[in-house]
Amino acid sequence: MSTKQFSTHLIFFLSSFLFFSVTISNAQDAGAGKTIFMSKCASCHNVLKKGTGPALAGLEERHKWADHKELLAWINNPAAYMAKDPYTQGLKAEYGSMMTAFADVTLQDVDNIVAYVNEAAKPAPAPAAGSGEVVEEGGGNSIFFGVISLLLGVIALILMQVNSNLRKLSDQAEGVKTPAGIPFWRNKTYITLISICLFVFGGYMVAKGAIGLGRQKDYQPVQPIYYSHKVHAGINQINCLYCHGSAEQSKHAAIPSVNTCMNCHKAIQAYEKGPKLFDEEGNEIDGTAEIQKLYEYAGFDPDQPNKWDPSMIKKPIEWVKIHNLPDHVYFSHAQHVNAGKVQCQSCHGAINEMGEVKQVADLSMGWCINCHRESNVQFNYDSTKGNKFYSIYEKFHNDLKAGKMDSIKVKDIGGLECQKCHY
Amino acid sequence: MSQKKYWQSFGEVNESESFKQQNQDEFREELPFEGMDNKGLLDATAPRRDFLKYLGFSTAAATLAASCKIPVKKAIPFANRPENIIPGVAQYYATTFVQEGDVVPVLAKVRDGRPIKIEGNDRCAFTGGGTSARVQASVLDLYDTHRLRFPQQKVGNGEEARFEEVPTYEQMDKLVADAIKAAGGSTVLLTSTLNSPSTKAIIAAYPGIRHVQYDAVSFSGMLLANEATGFGRRLPSYEFGAAKVIVSLGADFLGSWLSPVEFAKGYTAGRKIDEKNPSMSKHYQFEGYLSLTGASADERFVCRPSETGLVALALLSAVSGKGAEGIKDAKLKAGIEKAAADLRKNTGASLVVCGSNDTNTQVVVNAINQAIGAYGKTIDWGKPVNYRAGIDADFEQLVKDMEAGSVGTLLVYGANPVYTYHNAAAFKTALKKIKTTVSFSERLDETTECCQFILPSNHYLESWGDASPKAGVTSFIQPTIYPLFKTRAFQTSLLKWSGNDNSYEEYFKQYWIGQLGAEDAFNTILQEGIQDKALPVSAGSYSSTALAAAAQAITTAAAVTGTEIVLYQKASIGTGTGATNPWLQELPDGVSKASWGNYALVSMTMAKELLGVNLIDGTEKEINNYEFYPLKPVIKITMGGKEMELPVLAVPGMQSNTIAVALGYGRSEKLGRTCAGVGKNAYIFTSQTGNGVSYQGIVTVADAGRKEKVAQSQIHNTYDDRVEVVRETTLATLVKHPTVIPDYRNHLEETYGKSKDGKTTDYRSEGTLYPTHVQPGIKWGMNIDMNACYGCGACVVACHAENNVPVVGKSEVLRYHDMHWLRIDRYFVSDATNPDELKGVVFQPMMCQHCDNAPCENVCPVAATNHSSEGINQMTYNRCIGTRYCANNCPYKVRRFNWADYTGADSFPNNRDQQLVGKLDPVVEQMNDELTRMVLNPDVTVRSRGVIEKCSFCFQRLQAAKLEAKKANRPLQDGEAKTACQTACAANAIVFGNVNDPNSAITAVRANNTNRSYYVLEQLHVLPNVSYLAKVRNTDEVLEVEEHHAAPAAHGTETKHETAKPEAAHH
Repeated sequence: MSTKQFSTHLIFFLSSFLFFSVTISNAQDAGAGKTIFMSKCASCHNVLKKGTGPALAGLEERHKWADHKELLAWINNPAAYMAKDPYTQGLKAEYGSMMTAFADVTLQDVDNIVAYVNEAAKPAPAPAAGSGEVVEEGGGNSIFFGVISLLLGVIALILMQVNSNLRKLSDQAEGVKTPAGIPFWRNKTYITLISICLFVFGGYMVAKGAIGLGRQKDYQPVQPIYYSHKVHAGINQINCLYCHGSAEQSKHAAIPSVNTCMNCHKAIQAYEKGPKLFDEEGNEIDGTAEIQKLYEYAGFDPDQPNKWDPSMIKKPIEWVKIHNLPDHVYFSHAQHVNAGKVQCQSCHGAINEMGEVKQVADLSMGWCINCHRESNVQFNYDSTKGNKFYSIYEKFHNDLKAGKMDSIKVKDIGGLECQKCHY
Repeated sequence: MSQKKYWQSFGEVNESESFKQQNQDEFREELPFEGMDNKGLLDATAPRRDFLKYLGFSTAAATLAASCKIPVKKAIPFANRPENIIPGVAQYYATTFVQEGDVVPVLAKVRDGRPIKIEGNDRCAFTGGGTSARVQASVLDLYDTHRLRFPQQKVGNGEEARFEEVPTYEQMDKLVADAIKAAGGSTVLLTSTLNSPSTKAIIAAYPGIRHVQYDAVSFSGMLLANEATGFGRRLPSYEFGAAKVIVSLGADFLGSWLSPVEFAKGYTAGRKIDEKNPSMSKHYQFEGYLSLTGASADERFVCRPSETGLVALALLSAVSGKGAEGIKDAKLKAGIEKAAADLRKNTGASLVVCGSNDTNTQVVVNAINQAIGAYGKTIDWGKPVNYRAGIDADFEQLVKDMEAGSVGTLLVYGANPVYTYHNAAAFKTALKKIKTTVSFSERLDETTECCQFILPSNHYLESWGDASPKAGVTSFIQPTIYPLFKTRAFQTSLLKWSGNDNSYEEYFKQYWIGQLGAEDAFNTILQEGIQDKALPVSAGSYSSTALAAAAQAITTAAAVTGTEIVLYQKASIGTGTGATNPWLQELPDGVSKASWGNYALVSMTMAKELLGVNLIDGTEKEINNYEFYPLKPVIKITMGGKEMELPVLAVPGMQSNTIAVALGYGRSEKLGRTCAGVGKNAYIFTSQTGNGVSYQGIVTVADAGRKEKVAQSQIHNTYDDRVEVVRETTLATLVKHPTVIPDYRNHLEETYGKSKDGKTTDYRSEGTLYPTHVQPGIKWGMNIDMNACYGCGACVVACHAENNVPVVGKSEVLRYHDMHWLRIDRYFVSDATNPDELKGVVFQPMMCQHCDNAPCENVCPVAATNHSSEGINQMTYNRCIGTRYCANNCPYKVRRFNWADYTGADSFPNNRDQQLVGKLDPVVEQMNDELTRMVLNPDVTVRSRGVIEKCSFCFQRLQAAKLEAKKANRPLQDGEAKTACQTACAANAIVFGNVNDPNSAITAVRANNTNRSYYVLEQLHVLPNVSYLAKVRNTDEVLEVEEHHAAPAAHGTETKHETAKPEAAHH
């Protein structure tokens, strides 16, 4: 086979390898107010519904709350405010408990929260935008590229055949003797190329399989109770930390104990107003029946809610653990959530849209390391921002001032070192 | 002029050829290839086929493993989470370690419901947060597989007798009540020293009970002597910190005598040196064998154990200015006179203690303390201690009563006379005469085995309780875990049987609320762990009435010739309570460096004369035969009709006719796999002299003509003739030549640190081809004061507990496979010509030095060990493939290889028993029991077979401290991050912190001690992050340094000694 012939084959092969390009972009639509609302208010308040406290929609029309200073005084010190204010006294009587004080909330924060509440209270609100939401663009482009490459491939094939026939004809015309054609299945070039491709592909698959041993991306086991994060964290906007509070303090995010569930479900005894629930197989789930399962564990009689107390809980719920790390990995939620201010969704995906929880990330070391390469540390660039722990990093402060660095990544403070996670 | 020599083993002191050869290899074994027949890989019988077999097996195994399903794991939260408990965050509870009268206030670290580590309680003034090896190891006792798990009673007689479970305590109470009623006679409660006020109140309310306290090692002589000299039957508080001169007559006050943690704190405070004005306490030791305390002495003189009384008398006469009367040995006499001169000079600031249980000797010692004005200054009678209360005569009387049949019921708690009593056979016979015998022991010990009823009590970490170590001091015990087994506090039994239906928990609370007046006060002590209240205690006044008779008795006692035995306690095993604890058994003894068993310590002279082992000037072959095989010659020790065969260990500094044997070994095999068959019970050599129990005696020794293995660890790793490992000097030298160490550093700086243009010097960056590491934030560093370290081993056990360091058992220690991340090297200092003439001992805790230019990092083929940006030499177990290149290249010999699956962490379950390693000791299996594994620290990876491990600077603690600071949005404060060894140390010898912080303690200690601070093997330019402060002995000897640039005193180099000039002698 001539060199020329070989190169045409090569072109054919190369042209058949095509790559799809998918552009991913994150929608960032979380206002400052929403952040504060989620972290401070959401465990008791909902915008549209009554929870432990009143629904906040339209709060500016009620009482003196149009004046945000009044609102601030109430939030900062409810006890003091209520002492002289019959309206809030009425609230306490209605809801049975006094509002928690948030002394660190500022007027700016109140403005932001109210802005968020007003926006969220608008009729036909936009679907809750989770930060893990993925918008896929350019799908049409890929099809377009695919069609073009297919066409080009066919054209190349036709041209090659034409070329080969023309050469045969010209050879015949010139009287050059052509050797008998070798069928393509005995063509050594084809065989070699195919074997190489198979070897590379096979090797890639084996290596990928081996690396993936023990990893369980997309793991979505059936749990003892159909607990929907979509209903709780998504629709009802309960702050993640209300249930997984130890994520701020401990290495474990910890699954809430039954008494935490019962804080709300003593009152919420049925699933009524939300959208229909379906499991992965598409069967409809009866939300009220699932709440009944919780009552089995809690030893709770819905007809006599006031007789129940946490000491009556019968047994803990045996959830199936989804996110498993090998024993030689030390992972601390507190480090990431509290010190690093990483959003839950960064690792757990759009958990607020999941009916049953599914492992989104593969939890591989490469995945961890990549994030450590790219993420910024909560560095105290100045006295108002960041974590003061980093004030001892004198070198970095100098480099930042001198413009040698523009941000401090986790890798800069040793985030890629083995012993950060393995000890 | 003499040569000084620092040595760890006899081969080293004599520089034998095979010693050098042996130490060329880090690991002494050949690689264990099967079927190689030592012919090399190519000539092996079937290397290719074997290779293919292994390859095939591993592929098949991998395929199998790959096809296995990932197990479903459950996450089970609390049903009702208690407030303040966060899963994954450790809680600390203040409680108290109490054992046989010893009291150490501690904090128990409880992680997710399991106590996993003991820390000292730094609210306690007299321990200052210090601990001992036994305190550190006590948490492992909680998870001992051989604890008694339910109440039981003996059924059947004679050979047929066995224990059967009694289903409930109600039934048990009824059984015992009936038995007590049926037995008639008197009821006797036999305990070790009890210092719990509430328990004493319970006993006082028990109708007709007689309480006898019995100590395994008695302090009866001291108690009676104090009574005879006008202070009452009490023991005083000793203020070692206030003493400038300390004379100990055979008292091992740093290792085993009375309250070592407390004394070590005071003692080491006086040993720390301020460089600007160098001074330190002076410690004289007179003893027959080399004790842990004697090893720290500035001047040490040997005497026969039987001479202790005479030495005390001579010291008394010398203190009163009459010279050391009655001492023939010139050296000893000079020593006594010198000590007396110093004592006199420091009247009111000196202290004499004596380890003897002989009342007469202690009367004389009290006379000395009176003469030197110690009372009220270094000995505080206003705060008497309650550590020991047993009187020998009381117990003798009890045995007589038992024999006479007047005792109907015997209740035993904490005492174990069948094991510890000098005439155990008589006690056992007497015990059989008692109708009802009840034991409250946690384990089936020797005495419990002979009892009818067993009501096992709780471990202290499961108990409520209190202890009063000293007058006015109360330390509470609170439970940190629900009792693991069906056990009950012994006080509850006493309450029930005396007609009080309260449990001890309720009684305890009511008692203290009554005492303190309010529940708040009770809760405060519970929280703090300890309350120290000044109590008006009558100090008593000294009376000399008993002195003349005591002196008379001492002088008329016949002089002893021939061989004497002295029985001592190891800091780890104690009286035998530590024998069931694997961590303590594996802890090498401070002086002998031997673990797992006892042996007879003999002098080198005796080894030569009796056994023909010439270690003083013998041939190389002779020394090697003794030194390099774990097999040691066995001697037969005979005293009266009792005999025992024990292997010998020759150590320098022994009185030449004295042998020393540790107590506490040879326990019953029913106490567990740990202590079964380990050592021999030396209590058989104790005797009743009529004047208290004696822990010494006259014996005959003979060569038994055979050998036994002794598991010693020190000779495993040496530095191959490298100098500057230990630096030791005398106080006089430090004053005269203060800059020996800085001079050496300057020499290195000038020789190797010159920059290319020759203008500036920087040893750190110029001395290497490698790039230097940058630590932008924190750089961790450690400093160890060798002057404070006395070799107790608390740090070693703390490291075991904190870092899940495996226990390997005797067979593996014998094969040099011990896994300690932190070891305490012991160096003898002596004349090169006469190794038996001991000048001193240096203890050097040695762990990974976290070198900034680490030789291990360069040679790892898989980069499993590398450097962190905080200056830590990291070790990644899951990346390690076990080439052991790093260990070979480590100049400090601190890397440890997992030769077998010691921890049960391997995926293949039977990896512990196979041809390569051989069957491991039962103790390894015990450590891998599901129950025992509860002690593991969940924050530290449990290493599997085939990987290297080493000190990590307790990285998990550093991370935790940093996280706390980040959570609180503040910089890390100095002292927040502490290593386990640092917190365990009673001497505060270890300082740890951020070197980059100019205000940290570690920066200060290095800056304030420039003349003593050095790095081990500094000239290798490995740039360690652990610095040491040179050991200083307080003597007048001036070591002349020949040349300032040469390496100072260290093994292999020579220094001149000159006699102190008169002006230098009186500093």
